[in-house]
Amino acid sequence: MKIVVCIKQVPDTTEIKINPVTGTLIREGVPSIMNPDDKGGLEMALRLKDKYGAEVTVITMGPPQADLVLREALAMGADKAILLTDRKFAGADTLATSNALAGAIRTLKWDLIIAGRQAIDGDTAQVGPQIAEHLDVPQISYVADLEWDNNRFVVKKETEEGYQRLAVAGPCLLTVLASGCKARYMNVRGIVEAYQKPVEIWGADRIEVDEEKLGLKGSPTRVAKAFTKGLKQAGEVFEVDAEEAVGIIISKLKEKFII
Amino acid sequence: MFRQMIREFADKEVKPLAAEIDEQERFPMETVKKMAELGIFGIPLPTEYGGAGGDNIMYSIAVEELSRVCGTTGVVVSAHTSLCLAPIFEHGTEEQKRKYLPKLASGEWLGAFGLTEPNAGTDASAQQTTAVLEGDEWVLNGNKIFITNAGYAHVYVVFAMTDKSKGVKGISAFIVEADTPGFSVGKKELKLGIRGSATAELIFDNCRIPKDNLLGKLGGGFGIAMKTLDGGRVGIASQALGIAQGAMDETVRYTKERKQFGKSLSAFQNTQFQMADLQTKVEASRLLVRSAAFKKDMGQPYSADAAMAKLFAAETAMEVTTKAVQFHGGYGYTREYPVERMMRDAKITEIYEGTSEVQRMVIAGKLFK
Repeated sequence: MKIVVCIKQVPDTTEIKINPVTGTLIREGVPSIMNPDDKGGLEMALRLKDKYGAEVTVITMGPPQADLVLREALAMGADKAILLTDRKFAGADTLATSNALAGAIRTLKWDLIIAGRQAIDGDTAQVGPQIAEHLDVPQISYVADLEWDNNRFVVKKETEEGYQRLAVAGPCLLTVLASGCKARYMNVRGIVEAYQKPVEIWGADRIEVDEEKLGLKGSPTRVAKAFTKGLKQAGEVFEVDAEEAVGIIISKLKEKFII
Repeated sequence: MFRQMIREFADKEVKPLAAEIDEQERFPMETVKKMAELGIFGIPLPTEYGGAGGDNIMYSIAVEELSRVCGTTGVVVSAHTSLCLAPIFEHGTEEQKRKYLPKLASGEWLGAFGLTEPNAGTDASAQQTTAVLEGDEWVLNGNKIFITNAGYAHVYVVFAMTDKSKGVKGISAFIVEADTPGFSVGKKELKLGIRGSATAELIFDNCRIPKDNLLGKLGGGFGIAMKTLDGGRVGIASQALGIAQGAMDETVRYTKERKQFGKSLSAFQNTQFQMADLQTKVEASRLLVRSAAFKKDMGQPYSADAAMAKLFAAETAMEVTTKAVQFHGGYGYTREYPVERMMRDAKITEIYEGTSEVQRMVIAGKLFK
């Protein structure tokens, strides 16, 4: 079985602070981590590898320093790592990103692609599903559990109401949730070996995609405005009948000098 | 990346148990199993013997990060790696290495070291334990005390007198397995600090081990012991460094939160200046420790470097933890906060694997040789 896991290096948003004047993220000194949903996805792939044997390739698109997150994946047990890095990829929105990743994956042999549901720095949850569309393969999103049974991937898909159990044959793509499984720690020997294994560096000329579809040129998304959401006090909840509620509302509005 | 991994493990798996194992004086077997899975018990050992293929800098970082949250856990790894795995790797025959190292490195077997005796502490040459060759077996008799990991270790590197007439050159080293008849673990010590670590007596009562379990040359034991302790000092200096850094981290957090006279303790210049001095000492310890580890990795002489690292890191740990308790005030004296435990844990680093006085002897010995 050959599995490709898409991972992303993200700033640790639990440690991020916002500049109160400009309203932008202060990125200096914020550690970079493997996106949690992607780490969950890598763990699921490694569990399939442990149980049935598989070759796990991790791929990311990013600046040269994204090498670190790939080495972390190698130290956890991934077999191969590919870094898509090229100025031509810069300024990519989700569409251009998924085009680049799909273009790279198209040149590989694989049975399953795993992507995290969404990245904590963007929260779009678009890249995984878009890759599946570009490659024209079935996809299941919000996967919390993954098993291999009778040549099919059997997954537990989370929904708002509960979950669905679905089976899908490869080749296919799954987007997974970090909560699905606790990721293993890197292993000491794995860390030593991760620095002895190569990370393949691929530029735009190495993948099968029209350059017009990459980077800023291939990104239809335009950011209109960025702002910091103001803080609001928690409201008060009254569980009373309608007549009494009217009285409370009027007195509250008067209290605030609105009426 | 390595530090990040160990720190994450230490914060999530080791820290939550630190107060409990101290309170109950309980050996953290569950943590040992988890550390084994991560390969923490064979960090500087080459992969051909089942190790991680790392180096002594990595090993030092690991002991530091574990000790930052729990001094006990740090010494379990240090005693195992520096005092048992290392001498077998450095002085063992190929057969001994193949037999013991893979299981020690995987953590399946824990290791320990038996040198100290009731009448042979700092004067380690006054060994009273004896080993006599009878046919194909060595017969060991005597007692060892204050042995870290005793009772939980499977492999013990033990020193005994094989020819009393030769004095120091009559001491030899042996490998003893825990299930050998005639070997037993005696009284467990009740201690001030590192209370989760198992410290006990080893008893050899006509303990017969195979002739091949002699480690190194006959009569070469004292040299092995001294060389082993040089390496051990890198481990203990790392432990002291970790305890000191842990106390600094706790104190920074506390002094930022705690308000008196209308402002945070950290806003007082007295706090800032004292903390700045302490952090400078901690960083100096770190550089001394890593320098000694680096020299060991490079195959250079590092005996005095290890002694300086241990001396300075241990005394810094004692000073930092004592002041950390002071900064915490009454709360620091209670078990609500970890700094009192850190202060108790720090004290042993000035004593074991050579007291601070012994370190000064080693350093002065190099100066005036």
